[in-house]
Amino acid sequence: MANLKELCKKEDLLTGGHRLCSGCGAGAIARQVLLAADTPVVIGSATGCLEVSTTIFPYSAWKVPFIHSAFENAGATMSGVESAYRSLLKQGKLKGDIKFITFGGDGGTYDIGLQSLSGAMERGHKMLYICYNNEAYMNTGIQRSGATPLGAHTTTAPAGKVKQGKEQNRKDLTAIMVAHEIPYVAQSVVGHWNDFISKVQKALATDGPSFINVLQPCRLGWAYKPEDTMVLGRMAVETCMWPVYEVVNGEYKLSMKPKEKKPIVEFLKPQGRFKHLFKPENKGILDAMQIEVDRKWEKLLKLCGQAS
Amino acid sequence: MVLTTNPKGKIVAKTGNEAMAEAMRQIAPDVVAAYPITPATEIVQIFSQFVADGVVPTEYVAVESEHSAMSACIGSSAAGARTMTGTSSQGLALMWEMLYIAAGLRLPIVMAVVNRALSSPINIHGDQSDTMGARDAGWIQIYSENSQEAYDNMIQGMKIAEQAKLPTMVTTDGFIISHCMEVVETMPDDMVKKFVGEYKPERALLDVKKPYTLGALDLQDYYFEHRYQLADAMNKSKQIILDVAKDFEKEFGRKYDLYEKYRMDDAEVALVIIGSAAGTSKVVVDELREKGVKAGLIKIRVFRPFPHQELAKDLANVKAVAVLDRSDSCAASTAPLYAEVTSALFTHSGGKAPKVVNYVYGLGGRDITLEHVGEVFDRLVEIKDGAKVGEILKYINLR
Amino acid sequence: MKTREKEKKLSWKELPDGDLLEAGTAAKFITGDWRTEKPVWDGGKCINCMFCWIACPDSSIIVKDGKMTGIDFEHCKGCGICAKECPVKPVKAIIMEAEKK
Repeated sequence: MANLKELCKKEDLLTGGHRLCSGCGAGAIARQVLLAADTPVVIGSATGCLEVSTTIFPYSAWKVPFIHSAFENAGATMSGVESAYRSLLKQGKLKGDIKFITFGGDGGTYDIGLQSLSGAMERGHKMLYICYNNEAYMNTGIQRSGATPLGAHTTTAPAGKVKQGKEQNRKDLTAIMVAHEIPYVAQSVVGHWNDFISKVQKALATDGPSFINVLQPCRLGWAYKPEDTMVLGRMAVETCMWPVYEVVNGEYKLSMKPKEKKPIVEFLKPQGRFKHLFKPENKGILDAMQIEVDRKWEKLLKLCGQAS
Repeated sequence: MVLTTNPKGKIVAKTGNEAMAEAMRQIAPDVVAAYPITPATEIVQIFSQFVADGVVPTEYVAVESEHSAMSACIGSSAAGARTMTGTSSQGLALMWEMLYIAAGLRLPIVMAVVNRALSSPINIHGDQSDTMGARDAGWIQIYSENSQEAYDNMIQGMKIAEQAKLPTMVTTDGFIISHCMEVVETMPDDMVKKFVGEYKPERALLDVKKPYTLGALDLQDYYFEHRYQLADAMNKSKQIILDVAKDFEKEFGRKYDLYEKYRMDDAEVALVIIGSAAGTSKVVVDELREKGVKAGLIKIRVFRPFPHQELAKDLANVKAVAVLDRSDSCAASTAPLYAEVTSALFTHSGGKAPKVVNYVYGLGGRDITLEHVGEVFDRLVEIKDGAKVGEILKYINLR
Repeated sequence: MKTREKEKKLSWKELPDGDLLEAGTAAKFITGDWRTEKPVWDGGKCINCMFCWIACPDSSIIVKDGKMTGIDFEHCKGCGICAKECPVKPVKAIIMEAEKK
């Protein structure tokens, strides 16, 4: 359980002056991760919004060691850093506890970087991989990804005269990570800082690889008012569009169950990327989306031993 | 390379791969991250056994691809660990993106590359298309003629890379060297250890008290300066390579240069060649010398940084030169080595330059025999005696 | 583009080798001029819950000894998350106002 009174006494290890959009959830994610850590950390990142916006030469927002090499290989790059640490520690060339945290967007994680992430997790490198998931390739201008939900408008799966945005459901990357049988996997969301920070702390305390898929509303790609980033994150949980849960050593545990499960339109309506779905002729898509969310939610409840 | 026997050395029979793995064992890097590929697999396979037996303190990262191998090497080297890997052909091709990044981040990774043809069609045998394609990646490239050179170059390569802050690839020809058993003189572990020295990077990610950002986004304002730094470092690495060679000769007795001059002193006709086929060609040079033909050979050891000025000087008095390339540049007028040699002559020979022809040979492991090399020399002699040069680029042993 | 001090454009010789950059230097980069709206904080109403602080993407809520002391207008981009997250009722301790240019 994170305590803001205590946390706020710690030094912020991400400076202002980075070039993320106003209201971007990724900045909050990075800050909260750094605040959660109690030991020195080394940060790695895939190419993406967070990386480019926080490291425009000669201005880096990171007050901790940070490495970026390319887009599809954050898992592998950090494998190398972590292996170097183990080697030097073993040889007595280095002392002290250091934690390794890797960031990737959904592009760098779900899609182009999936192999590298899978390899890193399978090999058991002691690192926390955080996917800050904004459900499209935002850095290159809102293109569809494997994380983009059905019906969302993106620039490569746009809504048009005959197509209504993405025609496929997103893949369940969290389940793929669970299938790696690593000791700690979780889903979290921007807007529930306590949930997220607690999960980061649990992950960092894990003796082995860990993975957190954190949903990050993107004000530009999702097209909403910048002040609503946290609100939308919480709404994703309340509508069960993005349930928050953790899987510790294979055991599913629901982190938050909405008192009253809201219809997904409450999450979709404030977002420009779903605007076209509210035309009467697209009601079928909205219904299909609700059915899918309900199905996944029931499945998750069963996994968590909470079947209704 | 001149074979001299160091009283401290040990004469053993080793394949090129075994010799390179042996050098790696003696260097004992902190991290090796690699993915197997024919014909380089053995290097990391043998090395894995060293790790499994506790012979080296290395962390071996058995990554899931060559792209990840180079990525992990980048992470490891940036973290402050001495880092090595090995690959070949398609593996090197898959690493392409990361080769440039390793160089741009100035990380002294040493990679054993066993030269192999590039697909398509798929072929596992030796040619130099793979590393030639990577020639502008900002890596130092050192080629080996035999197992002995492969061993010696690996040991020198580590020291060169760390002094120049540049990644370095040391190559052998696939199967011809990698799998061929030869006599190799290895040196005692402590001598190699002392020669290579301890790795003390100026900055390291794991030095958490001095945090920094590596791999930042460089836009119009800084990219150019950083790339120039790399070009400058490559140019300056030439002297480092020569200095390390001198140290190596002092310790181990074998002499190395940017290239080897074989019977070049009064040569009128000469080959410029890279790798194992230099050995075959030296036999032809000797035969021709016995017949009174003033034949010579230059074997390029260091292709990057390319020894332009030096080579132009050494070729200026030759009458006719054939450059033999074990790779091709589709629809460029000539192959890579020829382009470098003629560019060197055009720029640095002061107008006095030999006639130069180009041959592409041995693609996909196609044999090159004494007869083939003999025919090349026959043509050079004709050119020297006034015959027209004719077609510049020819292909040896192509049906 | 605004910075605290004029950026000295270093030459290739002066720059550290290989795209290496000192930590935390972005603090010198001013993003405050992105604002179209400005958060106005009322210290009297503030209950120091730190909800604004933990949510701010720009590290722009200034906190000392567990108490909020102000807003870093050098870096605040005026997104309004702090005002939205402020739980004080009926009038929030942070409200957004149009930025005077």
